[in-house]
Amino acid sequence: MSSPPTTDTDTDTERVADATRAVVAAHDPRTAPRAELFGALYDAGLAWVHHPEGLGGLGLSRGLQAVVDGIVTDAGGPRMFAVNPIGYGMGAPTVVEYAPDREQAAAWLRPMATCEEIWCQLFSEPGAGSDVAGLATSAVRDGDEWVLNGQKVWTTLAHVARWGMVVARTDPDRPKHRGLTYFVIDMEQPGVEVRPLRQMTGQAEFNEVYLHDARVPDAHRLGEVGAGWRVAITTLMNERTAIGGVTGRRGSGVIAEALGLWAEHPDRHTPVLRDRLARLWTRAEAHRLTLARARRTATAGQPGPEGSVSKLVGAELNQEVYEFCMDLLGPDALLYDDWTMHRADGGGRVHADPGSTLQQRFLRSRANTIEGGTSEVMRNILGERVLGLPGEPRSDSDRPWKEVPRG
Amino acid sequence: MAEPQEFDVTDEQQELRAGLRRFAERAHDETVLRALIDTGEGYDRALWARLGGELGALALAVPEELGGAGGTCVDQAVAAEELGAALVTGPLLGTVGLAVPALVAAPASAARDALLPELAEGTRTAALVAPLTVPYDAATAAAVSADDGRLTGTVDHVPDAAAADVLLVAAAGPDGPVLAAVDQGTAGVTVTPRGSLDLTRRIARVDLDGAPATVLATGDDADRALRHAFRTAGALLAAEQTGIAQRLLDLTVGYAKERLQFGRPIGSFQAVKHRCADMLVGVEHARTTALHAAWSVASGVDDPDLAVSIAQATCSEVCYRVAADTVQLHGGIGFTWEHPAHLYYKRAVADAALLGSAEAHRERIAAAVLDALDAGAVPAPKVATG
Ligand SMILES: Cc1cc2nc3c(=O)[nH]c(=O)nc-3n(C[C@H](O)[C@H](O)[C@H](O)COP(=O)(O)OP(=O)(O)OC[C@H]3O[C@@H](n4cnc5c(N)ncnc54)[C@H](O)[C@@H]3O)c2cc1C
Repeated sequence: MSSPPTTDTDTDTERVADATRAVVAAHDPRTAPRAELFGALYDAGLAWVHHPEGLGGLGLSRGLQAVVDGIVTDAGGPRMFAVNPIGYGMGAPTVVEYAPDREQAAAWLRPMATCEEIWCQLFSEPGAGSDVAGLATSAVRDGDEWVLNGQKVWTTLAHVARWGMVVARTDPDRPKHRGLTYFVIDMEQPGVEVRPLRQMTGQAEFNEVYLHDARVPDAHRLGEVGAGWRVAITTLMNERTAIGGVTGRRGSGVIAEALGLWAEHPDRHTPVLRDRLARLWTRAEAHRLTLARARRTATAGQPGPEGSVSKLVGAELNQEVYEFCMDLLGPDALLYDDWTMHRADGGGRVHADPGSTLQQRFLRSRANTIEGGTSEVMRNILGERVLGLPGEPRSDSDRPWKEVPRG
Repeated sequence: MAEPQEFDVTDEQQELRAGLRRFAERAHDETVLRALIDTGEGYDRALWARLGGELGALALAVPEELGGAGGTCVDQAVAAEELGAALVTGPLLGTVGLAVPALVAAPASAARDALLPELAEGTRTAALVAPLTVPYDAATAAAVSADDGRLTGTVDHVPDAAAADVLLVAAAGPDGPVLAAVDQGTAGVTVTPRGSLDLTRRIARVDLDGAPATVLATGDDADRALRHAFRTAGALLAAEQTGIAQRLLDLTVGYAKERLQFGRPIGSFQAVKHRCADMLVGVEHARTTALHAAWSVASGVDDPDLAVSIAQATCSEVCYRVAADTVQLHGGIGFTWEHPAHLYYKRAVADAALLGSAEAHRERIAAAVLDALDAGAVPAPKVATG
């Protein structure tokens, strides 16, 4: 009855695995400098296997990246995503699709892959969060350059970033989605001021970024003038997939923490906590298997709005797992006294800091349902873009941006 | 060409799905379903025979040499999903879910080899007489005793028993469990229909009073056959729940786009849209875990019992939630007898109770995963962003 499906993925899997093993053999992931290992992976087309050849890829299906990541991490290596998450997960696909030419794309992509150049995303503003398209930062053309002014906020890794993806308003007279343009900005130039913003964990992963007459060459524009929203959508779709889409082995990831605590504290077992953990474990497994299913059917193209399913589930699961952990610890969970402010080390790893505590991770998880789009916005996307339900009535889409109330 | 991997959908499976959907639309629409509910047997024997003979949907996971199509549990799960989506009536759980896999896993014998092709063809039907509202365990065969080929005991809440020509019985013999077959109507066999909440699948009590039966397997062989039956039925039930949940999601989303209140479609209200989005998330997880369970039963990859428990725990909860939300989002009309929502809702309630509740399966998961934990062996925590 079962006839084989028409797929050549299994030969591709072998090819990718062989190529990865060759890189790993030549550059021991435990000892080789990070940039050397990642550079070799990039040159072999293994940084993003679904990219075109010459741009860090082999033109294969994106699901096969898991094969590379598995082999590298099994050999003790780091993951590019952990070090340069915004560049790796969101900058790269945007650059591949919209960079003005191949040379520019390659010039950005290789140091992004080696993590020598960290990227950040300058979308959110004090007056524009969920409604990114309402943003106010302006870009005015001056010869071959653009001059940017405005304030961005919640910018993860801005303090260590070399490049920022910035969306700015180039035409306030048009409706909000149509007056935007997308640029890649050099974060190290004058006119870009980065100030740390402390978060409830006490740490500071993110920042405020002030742009005062910051200049961007027109050659660093992605997409057409006025078509910045389309480009931003590419970044955002990939953000959801990147955030929601890390698969590992059964019982690994965040649920492993709950399992570890459970095993350490037999004295605190109750039937109610047992059912809660079994329920969380089952949901984590359904999530993990669903990611594996999505990977199996992934193509080389852009991720679709389905990425919002995994983003939504992953975020809510993280929170519930940490809530469970705190409940399991009982009163001991309330003992916590280290509020020193840490900043990301350039590896972009504050919240994955091996020295962080359960309480910090618990507090950090509150951001999971906000960052990268709130759970409310994810549900709107699933309802409207996947299920095709009608949008809310809107008063802002056809009016010039400058006439729409904001605050 | 490559072997299919987990989660691949073959062309043949797609055709099977489309074929069954067309069949259900033409031969088993809501009018037919409602008419069948009111009949004595609760299903149509001629239609059942078409499912077996013409469509081959009853024997997908039966080896060719035993009179089947030689497919796998994954193929059968595709069928279960479609038949579930249309609430196709008939002794599916009893015959295809439980009896057929029990026979496939039982040792060859004249009785087995004669019965299996008849069940596969749809010319005869069967049910498994065992406690079917709890997962398989040592007590499964305890209610009936088998003594020298004669069965005595009572089992209540047996789905499809009244509609079955043959009853396969799990019994306790002097040397461990016994799997035996007895025809409906044999002296000493009393099948009493019980009123069932689920109008589309009936349950009955089976009383056996020294009924002469044909022993098909004993001891380890019987245990293996019964265990395989429960596993397969669990995977197929999960697939059925997935099919139901998907159908209800489609129905609800369609309604939310058309039904106007306050001058706009109700689906444009966020409270409604978010509930639909949560239904979608549930359906995705149901589909994944059900496929994984079927795959595991078919291939032995992963621990099939754990995979089935994951699927049952997930799908029972999702299918019930989606059915309840379907009623809610349809408002008053969703609460009427005329609307199909209640038929699905009642099936969802019954499906969630059959073969073990979500809680019972979570207890199995806890026993497999949590009790086996060794504090030192758990990987160091990795904190995810987002
Ligand atoms: C840890 C962290 C890191 C971040 N990193 C970055 C980064 O690197 N770069 C960057 O550009 N941004 C970043 N963000 C910003 C993030 O994308 C925004 O915080 C988020 O999109 C929400 O916007 P807001 O904070 O302005 O909240 P608001 O949009 O004001 O939302 C407030 C509340 O209203 C709800 N709401 C808003 N609109 C709707 C609607 N249409 N329907 C239903 N509910 C709605 C929201 O769900 C929320 O509950 C980060 C945020 C966090 C917490």
